[in-house]
Amino acid sequence: MFEPLTWALVALSLAAMVFAIVLAARDKRINWTVLGVLGVVEVGLLAQLVIGIVQLVQTSRDVSGPFFVGYLVGSLIVLPLGALWALAEGSRWGAGALAVACLVIPVLELRLHEIWTA
Amino acid sequence: MTDAEATRHGPGRILILVYGIFALAATARAGVQIATQFSDAPIAYVLSAVAAVIYCAATFALAKATRVSRRVATVAIAVELVGVLAIGAFSYAVPDDFPDATVWSHFGQGYGFVPVVLPVLGLLWLGRTS
Repeated sequence: MFEPLTWALVALSLAAMVFAIVLAARDKRINWTVLGVLGVVEVGLLAQLVIGIVQLVQTSRDVSGPFFVGYLVGSLIVLPLGALWALAEGSRWGAGALAVACLVIPVLELRLHEIWTA
Repeated sequence: MTDAEATRHGPGRILILVYGIFALAATARAGVQIATQFSDAPIAYVLSAVAAVIYCAATFALAKATRVSRRVATVAIAVELVGVLAIGAFSYAVPDDFPDATVWSHFGQGYGFVPVVLPVLGLLWLGRTS
């Protein structure tokens, strides 16, 4: 695992979550700014997948491969589906739903970190 | 917008998203467990798979939001509530039968206890939008 990337992804997705909560509180729909931030997060997650698999192949430590790769792949699905689901809602609750989707990324990154360092 | 469609709007948007996350998590978890280490804890892993199916059914039924799908969702969520309470209690009473965790072990402790709260919110929301 490339730790700086993990923490950057945690920080960026938490920032996006706060942004989405502010939008929901102000009765706004999600906008391109928050989607742009999440686009950057998604690219980071893709990099994390590649780095993670390369390191998993090279490591001699006993890392649970299937769970590790499962979390890496799973993390890629959350934001696109969450964003589509949020966009289809005309009210503030779309932004609220996107905030929840954003929160999933730090949880997955921390679990990945745990599995890798276990 | 028909009345039934209200199920997937407003706060329902968040509820269904959380259901979707659990559908994804439970399916992935059960898939990995059954594929790689089924013989370690067959009962726990079969229950993991059952939980996954129920989360998927509840997610799609809530998201479809028709009169019929709402009934499917009600049944799925009722089973989910019984499941999480039964497995939760059982995993405390007879820990030896649960050498590895399912989503519902210890009332969903490994998932921040969301699994025990989610079906209650689901049933309340279905009641609210009926």
